[in-house]
Amino acid sequence: MTTTHDALLGETGIPGELLPQRYDGPRAFGWWGMVWLIGTEATLFALLIASYFYLRFRNGPIWPPDGIATPELALPLIMTAILWSSSIPVHMAHTGIRAGNVTRLKVGLAAGFVLGATFLVMTLGVEWPEKLDEFGPTTNAYGSLFYTLTGFHGAHVLAGLMLSLWTQVRAWQGAFDESRHLTVQNFTMYWHFVDVVWAFVLATIYLTPHL
Amino acid sequence: MTTTAAPEASATTISTVERLEAVWAEPPGLGSWLGTVDHKRIGLRYFYTGMAFFVAGGIESLLIRTQLAGPDLDVIGPEAFNQLFSMHGITMMFLFAMPVLSGFGNYFVPLMIGARDMAFPRLNAFGYWVLLASGFFLYSSFLVGRAPNAGWFNYVPLSGEAFTPAINIDYYAVGLIFLGISSTGGAINFIVTILKLRAPGMIVSRIPIFVWGELAMALQIVFALPALTLVSVLLLLDRKFDFHFFDADAGGDPLLWQHLFWVFGHPEVYIVALPGFGIASAIIPTWVRRPIVGYTYIVIGELSVALIGFGVWVHHMFAVGLPNITLGFISLASFMVAIPSSIQVFAWLATLVAGRPVLRTPLLFVLGFIFIFVIGGVTGVMFAAIPFDQGVHDSYFVVAHLHYVLVGSAVFPIFAAVYHWGPKITGRLLDDRLGKVSFWLMFVGFNLAFFPQHLLGLFGMPRRVYTYDSDLGWGGYNMASTIGAFMLAVGILVTIVNWFRSRTRGAPAGNDPWRGETLEWYASSPPAHYNFVTIPTVHGREPMWDQPELAEGVQSPEDGGRPLTDGHVTLSTSMLDARPQAIVHMPHASVWPFLLTVALLVLAFAVLLDNWALTIAALVASVGGLVGWYWPRGQTQET
Repeated sequence: MTTTHDALLGETGIPGELLPQRYDGPRAFGWWGMVWLIGTEATLFALLIASYFYLRFRNGPIWPPDGIATPELALPLIMTAILWSSSIPVHMAHTGIRAGNVTRLKVGLAAGFVLGATFLVMTLGVEWPEKLDEFGPTTNAYGSLFYTLTGFHGAHVLAGLMLSLWTQVRAWQGAFDESRHLTVQNFTMYWHFVDVVWAFVLATIYLTPHL
Repeated sequence: MTTTAAPEASATTISTVERLEAVWAEPPGLGSWLGTVDHKRIGLRYFYTGMAFFVAGGIESLLIRTQLAGPDLDVIGPEAFNQLFSMHGITMMFLFAMPVLSGFGNYFVPLMIGARDMAFPRLNAFGYWVLLASGFFLYSSFLVGRAPNAGWFNYVPLSGEAFTPAINIDYYAVGLIFLGISSTGGAINFIVTILKLRAPGMIVSRIPIFVWGELAMALQIVFALPALTLVSVLLLLDRKFDFHFFDADAGGDPLLWQHLFWVFGHPEVYIVALPGFGIASAIIPTWVRRPIVGYTYIVIGELSVALIGFGVWVHHMFAVGLPNITLGFISLASFMVAIPSSIQVFAWLATLVAGRPVLRTPLLFVLGFIFIFVIGGVTGVMFAAIPFDQGVHDSYFVVAHLHYVLVGSAVFPIFAAVYHWGPKITGRLLDDRLGKVSFWLMFVGFNLAFFPQHLLGLFGMPRRVYTYDSDLGWGGYNMASTIGAFMLAVGILVTIVNWFRSRTRGAPAGNDPWRGETLEWYASSPPAHYNFVTIPTVHGREPMWDQPELAEGVQSPEDGGRPLTDGHVTLSTSMLDARPQAIVHMPHASVWPFLLTVALLVLAFAVLLDNWALTIAALVASVGGLVGWYWPRGQTQET
């Protein structure tokens, strides 16, 4: 049975006036909610990165301090490649459902999930244990900054993965089609945001100490 | 509309009302009480909760003033004194001013822009519950005698583990992170509501100034609050896990706290002030019977204050020894804030001069606000001069200044709003004579309490001392200040009595007792669940003055009113020119925002008490709460 709410257009009560009941992008409240959530989260990252540089320049010329080695780049760059490549299937998933292709949505979300999870596992399972052999978060302010900034980004990847899981559950329930996919759109936006923020975290933590 | 057509129209209206009532009414009962998403019920809860904290913060201030009434007194002792002035500041900023101003916003923004609810009704409910829970959390610290005790700006190293090992400061940090969820969610809700839910025809240049004030506040919260959240997280990491962000011996820096705190803390002043400005701009036209002078300049002024407010944080740190070039820039920016602020003051004065003022309680409170705020503004300009600032830094002059600014721009407008909009909320008029008594007690009491503090500051009395020596000659001024504080309290009490008295004994208000100009007066008093029988089309800035058909309470479809009776829906319009764009299905009541808040409250206590197993359990429960919240139940919403 179809109800009025399933119709694409609804009546406003002004004779003859019909308006859409399904929409996406900037017409949807949820889209704007995600935009401002990302705005406030981006501010949080900007302030944390500003704190990093504030403490760095208050520390004098030798950075990292206390004989800690300048961070190596090979592993972080591989991780970067994995994380950034995850944006491609997520983007494919989004364009897929806009065209009504549910299979592409499911495959894209799953592939993005695997790549994002790989990044997180490498952070916690390889990168952090290697660093912990050298210094920890309580060693000095540099250590505190290193683990807080990477950990904070990692927490956002984890949040993105959980959003992805939710979106996948809803996809398998058949909630999305070409006119109804705001959750996918919002997840996609959030996921790209987490990837873009990584560029700044990478530059701050790994690249600038080489300058 | 002609008189002959009226009976037919009202028959249509009755059937519209019946259909709307069936869709929008929330049935009585516990589920509805915990689950309500009605912005009016939520707004009123914000208001009552904020006012309860106002009373609590007021009692704290009276204890402080009693301790300081004469030299060498020992009424409450130094430790209690520290806790009381810290909680007084935290309460008035975070648990009174922000919630009450958000409460008025919650209640009146949808009414003023012609919408049936906020954009995110469940987020709205969640924001209220989190406010209540974090207020409870912060005040539970008194039960164990461990309230925050390092002031509302909580400087390290005093607030670090070395100097305050007990959980006082953990209450502060966890409590404010928790509360930040509420403020941020509320701010995003305001922004999207104001951008997307305005009535057809309410183009950007017709948005009521009160709504602009709430928008400016919300934008500041979105970009300023992360600094407070971040700095509180860093402090907790330092205190609980021995990180070194603020530890100078290990490469950290205590000044990092001051920078991050004031990056939030200065905008916070405007977060509290801008909605107050908006209230003044909303109330003056009604009470002088003419449109506001300089609408565009006032709006630009509000937004400029919001913007420049992000560039002046260092003027709280003029005395810490920063490079002169930094001080110079910040001093300049601080002087600059005076310009957009004074533009608004002059616009209000011009409106008052050009109109015919009706000196009843709402306008009296607005005039009191202008008087007090201008004095606070003048001392603010004095602080922008660095040598003066360094001379009076951390003295009672600062205490006097900040109370003139904040009580001026928040408390007096809030009381003006109580008398102006109270009848819309309760359907009953407040007593005007009691209102005037309340105003004069508050106005005289306030000035008696705080003007002498300017002098005490210039004589050298430092803030935050719990007592002082009798040889210093400060006793008389302090006694005057204490008497003023009690007088202010009595004035506030009179309005509280007036409010509850009016609920049963006040004269019925009718839809539009003051013949106001904006759309909240188009709704009934108190407004129906669905706010308006028809969502109106507006053609100007003062629709109630320009469109006589609105005075009848129902704009007919021929005049552009949209009943939208087909489901739990409201109308969404385009962002700038407010053209009808979509029919939005709004969520129904849900108990999940409440349940999620309970999980977060457990999380806050678990972190406070270092119980990491419970922390993880509460995190999992919170995720479960989110899933429950979003789990589809056959209702049509955005997906």
